[in-house]
Amino acid sequence: MRKFFSQLLTSKWSKAFVFLACLTPLAYLGSRAYNGRLTANPVEYVQHFTGDWTLRYLLITLSITPLRKLLNLPDLIRFRRMLGLFAFTYVSLHFLTYLWPDQGFEFSGMIRDVAKRPFITVGFLGFVLLLPLALTSTTGWIRRLGGKRWQALHRLIYVIALCGVIHYYWLVKSDHRLPLLYAAILAALLLFRLVSSLLKPRPAVAASPAALR
Amino acid sequence: MSSWKEGELTYADVTPKSVYLNRRQILKAMGIAGTVALGGKAISRLAFPPATANAGTKLNVAVKSPFSTSEKQNTFDDVTHYNNFYEFGTDKSDPSRNAGKFRTSPWTVSVEGAVKNRAKYTMDDLLKLVPLEERIYRHRCVEGWSIVVPWIGYSLNTLLKLAQPNDKAKYVAFESYYDRDQMPWGEHSGIDLPYVEGLRLDEAMHPLTLLCVGMYGESLPNQDGAPVRLVIPWKYGFKSIKSIVKIRFVEGEPRTTWNLYAPREYGFYSNVNPNVDHPRWSQATERRLGEFSRRKTLMFNGYGDQVASLYTGMDLKKYY
Repeated sequence: MRKFFSQLLTSKWSKAFVFLACLTPLAYLGSRAYNGRLTANPVEYVQHFTGDWTLRYLLITLSITPLRKLLNLPDLIRFRRMLGLFAFTYVSLHFLTYLWPDQGFEFSGMIRDVAKRPFITVGFLGFVLLLPLALTSTTGWIRRLGGKRWQALHRLIYVIALCGVIHYYWLVKSDHRLPLLYAAILAALLLFRLVSSLLKPRPAVAASPAALR
Repeated sequence: MSSWKEGELTYADVTPKSVYLNRRQILKAMGIAGTVALGGKAISRLAFPPATANAGTKLNVAVKSPFSTSEKQNTFDDVTHYNNFYEFGTDKSDPSRNAGKFRTSPWTVSVEGAVKNRAKYTMDDLLKLVPLEERIYRHRCVEGWSIVVPWIGYSLNTLLKLAQPNDKAKYVAFESYYDRDQMPWGEHSGIDLPYVEGLRLDEAMHPLTLLCVGMYGESLPNQDGAPVRLVIPWKYGFKSIKSIVKIRFVEGEPRTTWNLYAPREYGFYSNVNPNVDHPRWSQATERRLGEFSRRKTLMFNGYGDQVASLYTGMDLKKYY
């Protein structure tokens, strides 16, 4: 059975399949837009939609390592970079829906917001921290930085996901069930890492250039 | 009654007798009891044909209000599918999905507290108190979006004057209907229910403060606060309490739901004010539904000429 999954994961079509699967939320959004079903407040709808999917992709990306270990499917690593880049894609769109309709591309207003509004500060911080991770996501950059340093840099993803969850929690008015659900999932994913690093004090398996091929 | 089909049942049909007796008290208070109350129900019905007020019933609008704005109205579809009505769920699309079976008939509004005439009003009473007006108001939500809606109703002061408030009446407290069975979503809303709101007496008596029974020519849809709500156009939307069952004249400042939940974020007054930000976001601009970019928010939502004098000498940064 495991062999079957392993073959499935390493088949040459698997990445293309995951890539297309990751595009379905965007396709769904596009079809709603085409049919005029973006609600009475389309800007807000797209903002929330892209924000939701940013969080989801961050959490999916963070679940790769635990799943590899728990399911003994190390080949899952093949998709982690792509999933992380999808988180970056959705957060970029999310940021654009803020900068364009909300701020009219006025950076002065944006900077004032970032300085003054904690939920925007923390969301913006998460976005900015994700930039170097997206830029250094290539195999070439792993080589240039060296596996250790690259891995240290990419541990920023923990902070970024935390920023995302706090950003969501702080903007909600009174019904905090969903932000708390995301927080709980993130806590579980981080806890897994903490426990496994305490149990086995050896370097994590994550990222050698070969593994990311 | 023979017909119980939805939409045909009228308030007159289902009003209990005890409440009818109350109505006579109201009419008496209006000074026209002699003409109508004598003949009882039959004459009353001749004088005032029974008005059905289930959601979606056409209302006769006799008066176009000078308070109306000529700005472009939002569509009925927008105003009925983008709602904050936490009793029916916290997502904007929840109320339109969940409020469909909300029973708004029979309905009574109790007027009580520091008044001479305590009374219970049926919807039928409220619909026939005075000719209904259409008022096209700007409506600004504390969240930073706004709409333009043709509401139907009349000034709240019409009803309040009947009660004849005494010297102790300094504020008016309002309470929404709350029934866990019909509104199970309320449990997860994060706010305490029933929803309560309040106004200073002079704010409540201000002619702009609308006792609203309809919109777009029809009685109120359930998700928009059926069957009767307030619309206070110079205050943030959450002050415009929905589905009212109790109006109480009181001496001290009433407790209000959002103020209880987060006093630093939602003040008792909550006048629309572009210069006083919500702690978490700016109030300087708003998005009019249907528009792409944000527009500047107006002081008192553009009703400053009418209401600014209510707040002369008050520090609106302190009394936000």
